[in-house]
Amino acid sequence: MGERMPQVSLTVNGKQHTVEVEGRTLLVELLREKLGLTGTHVGCDTSQCGACVVHVDGLAVKSCTMLALQADGMAVTTIEGIAAADGTLHPMQEMFREHHALQCGFCTPGMVMTAIDLVNAHPDGLTDKEIREGLEGNLCRCTGYHNIVKAIAAAHPLMHGQAPKAAE
Amino acid sequence: MGFEGIGASVRRKEDARFLSGRGHYTDDINRPGQLYAFIKRSDRPHARIASLQTAQAAAAPGVVAVFTGQDMAADNVGGLPCGWQIHNKDGSPMAEPPHPVIAIGKVRHVGDPVAVVIAESRQAAKDAAELLEIEYDDLPAVATTLDALEPGAPTVHDDVAGNVCYDWHIGDKGTVDAAFARAAKVVKLELTNNRLVPNAMEPRAALGDFDTSSGDFTLYTTSQNPHVIRLLMGAFVLHIPENKLRVVAPDVGGGFGSKIYHYAEEAIVTWAAGKLRRPVKWTAERNESFMSDAHGRDHVSTAEMALDADGTFLALRVATIANMGAYLSTFAPCVPTYLYATLLAGVYKTPAIYAEVKAVFTNTVPVDAYRGAGRPEATYLLERLVDVIAHDTGMDRVEIRRKNFIPADAFPYQTPVALQYDSGNYEMTLKAALDAADFAGFEARRAAARAKGKLRGIGISTYLEACGIAPSAVVGSLGARAGLYEVANVKVHPTGSITVYTGTHSHGQGHETTFAQLISDQMGVPIDQIEVVHGDTSKIPFGMGTYGSRSLAVGGSAMVKAMDKIIAKGKKIAAHLMEAAVEDIEFDKGTFKVAGTDKSKTLTDISLAAYVPHNYPIEELEPGLDETAFYDPKNFTFPGGCHVCELEIDQETGVVEMVNFVAVDDVGRVINPMIVEGQVQGGVAQGIGQALLENAIYDSNGQLLSGSFMDYTMPRANDLVNISVGTEITLCTHNPLGVKGCGEVGAIGSPPAVMNAVIDALKEYGIRHIDMPATGAKLWEILQANRPKMAAE
Repeated sequence: MGERMPQVSLTVNGKQHTVEVEGRTLLVELLREKLGLTGTHVGCDTSQCGACVVHVDGLAVKSCTMLALQADGMAVTTIEGIAAADGTLHPMQEMFREHHALQCGFCTPGMVMTAIDLVNAHPDGLTDKEIREGLEGNLCRCTGYHNIVKAIAAAHPLMHGQAPKAAE
Repeated sequence: MGFEGIGASVRRKEDARFLSGRGHYTDDINRPGQLYAFIKRSDRPHARIASLQTAQAAAAPGVVAVFTGQDMAADNVGGLPCGWQIHNKDGSPMAEPPHPVIAIGKVRHVGDPVAVVIAESRQAAKDAAELLEIEYDDLPAVATTLDALEPGAPTVHDDVAGNVCYDWHIGDKGTVDAAFARAAKVVKLELTNNRLVPNAMEPRAALGDFDTSSGDFTLYTTSQNPHVIRLLMGAFVLHIPENKLRVVAPDVGGGFGSKIYHYAEEAIVTWAAGKLRRPVKWTAERNESFMSDAHGRDHVSTAEMALDADGTFLALRVATIANMGAYLSTFAPCVPTYLYATLLAGVYKTPAIYAEVKAVFTNTVPVDAYRGAGRPEATYLLERLVDVIAHDTGMDRVEIRRKNFIPADAFPYQTPVALQYDSGNYEMTLKAALDAADFAGFEARRAAARAKGKLRGIGISTYLEACGIAPSAVVGSLGARAGLYEVANVKVHPTGSITVYTGTHSHGQGHETTFAQLISDQMGVPIDQIEVVHGDTSKIPFGMGTYGSRSLAVGGSAMVKAMDKIIAKGKKIAAHLMEAAVEDIEFDKGTFKVAGTDKSKTLTDISLAAYVPHNYPIEELEPGLDETAFYDPKNFTFPGGCHVCELEIDQETGVVEMVNFVAVDDVGRVINPMIVEGQVQGGVAQGIGQALLENAIYDSNGQLLSGSFMDYTMPRANDLVNISVGTEITLCTHNPLGVKGCGEVGAIGSPPAVMNAVIDALKEYGIRHIDMPATGAKLWEILQANRPKMAAE
């Protein structure tokens, strides 16, 4: 007791923050409780559900599985940070809406952040099977995944600069 | 802006906030000065609390208070009430043992609350809970449904002999016995309906707040029905009158039934906020969800069908044992009775049915309604039994269904188990589903798969369910301690935009869009000028919430009634403004016209006149354009349909791979096809989960073995397949919209379709029945055990 708490300096959605945290504070706790970014959700306690996925230095990470201190010096992007500055939705957000890929919305932030990383990592295209395998770390209880798979497939050409596929 | 009324796949209004991280869930809410509660739960299935020392925990850093069950009882806090009373065969009421908010004297299941630690931070509360000194005297526990009835089984409640909550029945036993006596054949099947954990992705949370100035309490909670929580908690548990208690259910991240009930934590944080005069928040960790959210299903049944020589169903006899868990959850008693046994006619004209249901207490988490609630159990039993009849008699499984269908011209149809179906056409949905799944071409696909070492099967289920439980007077006579109407308040604002306040609640169903379409269609106002408000008892007159696929059939009908009142009043104002007779005013999509003339007024003209009543029939009419309606349905609605599942089993590993799933459902009139399709897909995914993956398992001592996402198999994207959804429509005849409900059909129709496909895939192994879930391990064992016999043949 009485010891100074360690500090973590990181960039979140382009903004620099320096925050005092306990050594055991998780990145997701920092985001939700210290920075008020409540778009990132906690759906489990065993790193199974993926509701807390954010990007750390551009890669999808479960923020419940990383200490806040481990993010020191890194750039974190959350669901709040992916739309354009003028509010235009990211193509993945737009395709989730277009294809009804969300119902209660709770898994959605993690699902979108995972999906963006998945599409980024596969510039040459993704089969439905690869999309389903790529969602291995994300649970959704509402949609049955059918429309999530469709949304990701539709976002792929948009994110890689190709003409949009017509929605059904 | 294109067409956005009834029938349009309008993209959802609520999505923008959910997709941008601006959803507003209970755990996202923080109040100034907020404290955090951590609930210490029993790790024992059944034990006497020999001693409970709180002093060390109370003295830990950051801790503000530690409360026990005794503390709450001493403050006159009541137990958690049960909302439905079932009567035994002999007319006596069911056993209804007390359900303390925090355990007093004994714990009865793993997860039972023992104490609550309240501290300045979540971590401080959790750390301090480690310092609670609890000594238990372990008692023998009873964990499974069947064990509960064993002679000499441990008793969960001292004053409930034999663990029997109730012993209930329905139907005419004499007629059924007589039919069995003269039957050409009797087919019998014993089966279990596996226990499930609902696992909405948002864990439950509750935040209690007390306003020291007004003395008002506010509870923010993850609920499907905030008014019901206010009623139950206010009246029975905390004794706070409704005018001093506000309950808010903001964005809720899935429910599937599990967020209907009044839970201990809601009472704990509200009571503690009053005691400590500071807000108190509790958020479940997922492990707590597993051991404190009400579980679903958990039936053990015997079903027997008496048949004529040609396969006509003569009579059905069912005996079911249903697990209630350790205490009665809010609506638990009605699930295996009025939501289950009344559905046993299904889509068939079985003339006589008798069912008896014993509900039992065990040392497990309480069981209550989970997506479908009783109807999936009835459907699974019936649709497996029909396939077993086909298996045992050699009859074709499609033809035996057709032979026994209630024909399309037989509606309204009175079943022998109380329900009267208003409409349906089971041949229509069957045919559409068989065509969509290319059922006729299946044998070629089976042969092709066989050549690759895969056992391919196809299964069907033709089902019916009952939604929008009603009317209030009838359910009251059956033991419901609540009404089951719905409320809508439609406010047309001075400049013509509309806010509709509904007593239903959306936790993923897209009400903000569907209801806006409904209002738009009738009032002629674009949906971006319509706001749908739910989930706050301080804004909405009253409401019974969302469950049982009731929101559109009951809540939507209340909106129609309120809009009818708005239009009737608008016509009077229009008649005044246009100097015409009220009878000559016609209203169509936003315009009031004088019939046969070109004179008209817009809805905005009328609303402006209503709120700025300068030229207004003030002697006869109050100003304003704001109407409320309560709608109490005349009957249930009866969605139905046909599900077809095609799958492959790997002969070497037993692993099932889904190949195709087709659902063709009759949900009545469809407002938003995109949303209906999504609801069915989600329900089917949960049904496939039940059939192949999910199982809440207790060991014989009462420890929950599948208590995390590492142990309980939730369906993931790669476990599932594209789910093709079709709709065929017969209209509900007794509500103004002709709608039936679509939230649960997927979870009700699909499990037997999947299991019938699994059994069909194992055709050459001579397998008659397998209990759910058909996991790879279970199927591998079956394949291994039957292989030698195969080889010997």
